Amino acid sequence: MREHTEAIRAPRALWVPFILGRPFGVPNDAAFQRRVLLAALRLLEAPAGQGPLLEDFPHDAPEQSGGGDALEGFACPVNFGRAPANDADAWQQEISDLASWHRLAVERRGRTTAALSGLTPGVASRYILDFIRDSNTPLYRAELARGLSLRLACEDIKAYYLEAVNEQPGRRAAQQAQAWFWNETVAGRTFIRLREVCLNSADESVKQFGLGNLVPRAVLQALQMKQ
Amino acid sequence: MVRLTDLPAWEREHMLDKVKDIKKGGGFEGNPWVSGPPLKQRRVAVISTAGLHQRDDRPFAPGAAATDYRVIPGSVNAGELVMSHLSINYDRTGFQQDINVVLPLDRLRELAAEGVIGSVADYHYSFMGAAPIRQLAPRARELAGLLKRDKVDAVLLSPV
Repeated sequence: MREHTEAIRAPRALWVPFILGRPFGVPNDAAFQRRVLLAALRLLEAPAGQGPLLEDFPHDAPEQSGGGDALEGFACPVNFGRAPANDADAWQQEISDLASWHRLAVERRGRTTAALSGLTPGVASRYILDFIRDSNTPLYRAELARGLSLRLACEDIKAYYLEAVNEQPGRRAAQQAQAWFWNETVAGRTFIRLREVCLNSADESVKQFGLGNLVPRAVLQALQMKQ
Repeated sequence: MVRLTDLPAWEREHMLDKVKDIKKGGGFEGNPWVSGPPLKQRRVAVISTAGLHQRDDRPFAPGAAATDYRVIPGSVNAGELVMSHLSINYDRTGFQQDINVVLPLDRLRELAAEGVIGSVADYHYSFMGAAPIRQLAPRARELAGLLKRDKVDAVLLSPV
């Protein structure tokens, strides 16, 4: 944020117009990333005594600069229309439906970032549902605080979903995949339920997790506006 | 960075509150400016606040532990790195697709191979960045010493 950089008076800074979380603009666009990086590094060669120097990067990220067909009508082609017997079955089904896309994502990228808890998405989802039913359910790693155990499991599930959906054909804005996760999946709905449970917990690590680190502020705001 | 005007009003307020916090404590009135050799001779390290670490390393946590940093070897394979930042209010899908969108090590290696920069440091570092800014000062000094020992004379700070 420009305002923060101005307040801190960093000697040399490049302001970029990209969404939070993408300081070099666009994934898988080496040429664009290079332009951003060079614009920042060139500040090192500014004549002495000019600081603080705050320059603007003049180009929006390509993905953000216009709509276009590829960004419209985002729908995740996974069949969530069945009527499973209960939440646990519905969630397992959803995870299973995304497995092929996730496998393709891992093959192409050579990595997954869904690797914080050490749990598979299926096991992580069961742990979360078990916790919702019984807040004393056994930890999957005894050394973790309960709040951290939930956070790592939730982060892994979210990463699994978003890696999978971003592997599907077509390019989409980051916000579209996020909106899909929170509005249209069993996982998103369960996380919102989990938040309510966390807020009522006597365990401070769980309460803090529910308060600030589970559901994004934008999603909470949208939920409040609906109610 | 992002435009404040792109954010909804409540998010804008949240961000402006952080600016007020920075200004309230003072301490940023100086004008530090250090000149160095030309870019083609510089040895560059990256310090990220994306909460990155190798998958076997400790995940980031709140409280006093939020001032911790993790070491990222320059030779690291992208597949080794995960993100355990506490905040869920920024995009992670870019990082999931391509680590260079937060930690541009491949781009730096290319620039070094072309002679645009001198070299890439042996070690890079990641904080989570959600800690109160003044509590990070001792860690910053500690890191400055480590960077000097790595012969680094250019540091790219990459916030998320």
